Amino acid sequence: MNTSRREFIKLTGVVGGGLVIGFHLPTGAETKAASLNAYVQIRPDNTIIIAAKNPELGQGVKTALPMIVAEELDVEWAQVEVIQSAVDYLRYGSQFAWGSHSVPDNWIVLRRVGASARAMLVQAAARQWDVAPQACSTQSGRVSHPQQKGSLSYGELASAAAGMPIPGDDQLKLKSRDQFRLIGQRISGVDNRAIVTGQPLFGIDQQIPGLHYAVYEKCPATGGTVKTANLEEVRKLPGVSHVFELVGNGETTELMPGVAIIANSTWAAFSARKQLKVEWELSDAASDSWTQTQKRARELAAGNGEDVVVSHGAVESALAGAGRSHTAFYAYPYVAHAAMEPQNCSAHYHDGSCDVWASSQTPQSALGNVAGLLNIPTSAVTLHQTRCGGGFGRRLMNDTVCEAAAISQRAGVPVKLQWSREDDMAHDFYRVGGFHALRGGLDEEGRVVAWDDHFITFSENGKSPSRGGDMKASVFPVPMVTNARITRTQLASGIPSGYWRAPGSNAIAFAVQSFIHELAATAGRDHLEFLLELMAMPLQSGAKLDGLNPERAARVITAAAEQAGWHKPRPAGTGLGLAFYYSHRGHVAEVAEVSVDKNRKLALHRVTVAADVGPIINLSGAESQVQGSVIDGFSTMMGLELSIEGGRIQESNFHQYRPLRMPDAPQIDVHFLDSDYPPTGLGEPALPPLAPAVGNAIFSATGIRVRELPLAKSGFSLV
Amino acid sequence: MATVTLTINDQIRTVEDIAEDTPLLWVLRDSLGLVGTKYGCGGGYCGACTVHLNGLPVRSCSVTAVAAVGAKITTIEGLANEGLAQGDKHLHPLQQAWIDLDVPQCGYCQAGQIMTAAAFLDANPSPSDADIDQAMAGNICRCGCYVRIKQAIRMASDGLAYNAMDAEEQQV
Ligand code: FES
Ligand code: FES
Repeated sequence: MNTSRREFIKLTGVVGGGLVIGFHLPTGAETKAASLNAYVQIRPDNTIIIAAKNPELGQGVKTALPMIVAEELDVEWAQVEVIQSAVDYLRYGSQFAWGSHSVPDNWIVLRRVGASARAMLVQAAARQWDVAPQACSTQSGRVSHPQQKGSLSYGELASAAAGMPIPGDDQLKLKSRDQFRLIGQRISGVDNRAIVTGQPLFGIDQQIPGLHYAVYEKCPATGGTVKTANLEEVRKLPGVSHVFELVGNGETTELMPGVAIIANSTWAAFSARKQLKVEWELSDAASDSWTQTQKRARELAAGNGEDVVVSHGAVESALAGAGRSHTAFYAYPYVAHAAMEPQNCSAHYHDGSCDVWASSQTPQSALGNVAGLLNIPTSAVTLHQTRCGGGFGRRLMNDTVCEAAAISQRAGVPVKLQWSREDDMAHDFYRVGGFHALRGGLDEEGRVVAWDDHFITFSENGKSPSRGGDMKASVFPVPMVTNARITRTQLASGIPSGYWRAPGSNAIAFAVQSFIHELAATAGRDHLEFLLELMAMPLQSGAKLDGLNPERAARVITAAAEQAGWHKPRPAGTGLGLAFYYSHRGHVAEVAEVSVDKNRKLALHRVTVAADVGPIINLSGAESQVQGSVIDGFSTMMGLELSIEGGRIQESNFHQYRPLRMPDAPQIDVHFLDSDYPPTGLGEPALPPLAPAVGNAIFSATGIRVRELPLAKSGFSLV
Repeated sequence: MATVTLTINDQIRTVEDIAEDTPLLWVLRDSLGLVGTKYGCGGGYCGACTVHLNGLPVRSCSVTAVAAVGAKITTIEGLANEGLAQGDKHLHPLQQAWIDLDVPQCGYCQAGQIMTAAAFLDANPSPSDADIDQAMAGNICRCGCYVRIKQAIRMASDGLAYNAMDAEEQQV
């Protein structure tokens, strides 16, 4: 913390989670706004300015988090203007967008932020009227008192309120649920008007004076270094001002070796790059082959894994003694994030400090990444948060930010680094593929008595699984089955891995929830009843649920089945499929309705979703997240796969890597179950159940079991 | 190198010294600061860069600026005034429907979606669901907003049908 900032801070109150809200925002003279804390400013005309702290990438937090503040502040949403906050740990605590964390982590803190500002406004009114603050009430941004004629607007009170002491947490009275007026409503996203009129919101839209346009060529097989390059030739091309090599620091998440070209327009840089010829030194480069990997995994499937993730009971003897047993091998591929906005970053290094304009999911980590790379103090790095054109986990990594900063430092000019779509496909941090060799045993009554999962995954460091490539010991139904085990094998890989929407669950759900249905079918039992029975089995001693609540699970499973008409008779060639998954604190069940013809032409007609994530903040945004997750899940299971040969991703653009389009999108019915648990996030938990629900529906419709993704591999195509 | 004079959103804009093969997209974004039109794939696959050329939807990443000389170009920034009485700064019915139904998630594809839909509704003011599917199949939304995009197009087309009815009645 530097001195000027220390002077600026008034340390008068601390709110839970170590977050100091006593920091007043610097108020711009032009706004004439009074600052009540780091989040809330009020203008004389009673406009309430609320700062949104976390990156917005489509998950809706720029609207939902300020709604929480506005609720406790007791203002009308129409009065509110939302601004994106600065990146500042001291004022805002942790700022990031991943793991569906924003709502659960900030729920209490932001309510206190709103309630605290409200209390200060009430104090100011009470003082003006010379009455007891307890007798005052608030509504729609005004304070009133039974003995006073008229009311005072927050705008009139704001500058006096700013001088009031910030109340301690114990003095704050938060609303009860029945007092909520805003939370639970449908609120249209705060940036929507700017989006539909084409205003510059995104990282790619930032225009800094004197901007130069950069591209950066890296080895298509990660780890390759520059052997030779025709830099001189490229330097002579039209519009080109700089061409140079960067050796990087060897971190895939920061700066890998490559060649930078800077030109006077994006097109000039793109065009010059077509003439760039680099010979790569490949001795340390990735050499993975997906074809080989799949073969190897199939060979390994017969045995157990190298290490034991979890084991209880006696799996082998239980399987041997089971009335019936069943085995299956599941496989899913590497996939890319392919966010709609290709990676980009603008950076301006000057006089030992660096400004970056970035669409990042982890802006605070970016500060440290850039500082370390440029060898300047973290306090010399400023990150301007922009809206992100999709993230899905891709923008957790700040490699593009590091590249832009390093290029600007080296060239001494402000640059916008623009990745092409081809770069974005070639240099992602991919969701790793994986394999599950599953074995299950049933007793005479058709109950699950044994469960064994040999999970085959990847490792880049030879020690631990790749990012997002591990499996928890608590994955249902393992904690409930008397004899259960997960073993794990890690295959060496040089392909950079990353966290992809609902990491650790997004594909594991497909294997596990499909296999539960396989066991139900083997037992000749109804899947719904079978799943509910499994969910109700007692927890095995020593086993952990890691947040799964079997009662909440049973409720969503029952609700989804009921809403979808589970027991109704169905025409031939159509089928319903059910799946449940618990991830990122959310309990979600989905029922898919498909029809399939003889030629494996598939249509997904309807998906019924029942979710329990506690009270909903913004009903519109929440529903949108579920719809998006369902479509993402279907898109991915249907046709997305990366072929990897020679350590290189073969798919280069959307003609080869083909996300779902409108004609193939299903109808999606969303049911949020009311519950009194604290609210949790929705960026992720509705995605994992989709693939198994569709797979199970295909089985119900046709008797064909799909165990490999994407479905296109088994000859399925969309109608 | 070329100097091109373009008619964009009813304004004449001249851009000097660009390579003959420069796509309209980059002239809009880099030279003219009209950044509402988005770069998604550069290959004509995603539709994020859709603008109107003489009222027809085109992929600005796949059309050179030189080829657009002489055409009436409309970008998302200029859509609001289209088809409305002069001086009326209201949003286009599609833009309004997009806000009313809270269509965008990340929002990055939405300018392209709206431009495609606007040209489509001009040609087919009361489309069926299948018509909408077909017209919009060239625009990817990675966030999966398809359900709401379709609803919003339907909402806007109902509004347009209503306006057209109004106009007819007035004529009678
Ligand atoms: S950027 Fe033009 S179609 Fe994708
Ligand atoms: S809203 Fe994100 S790509 Fe469409």
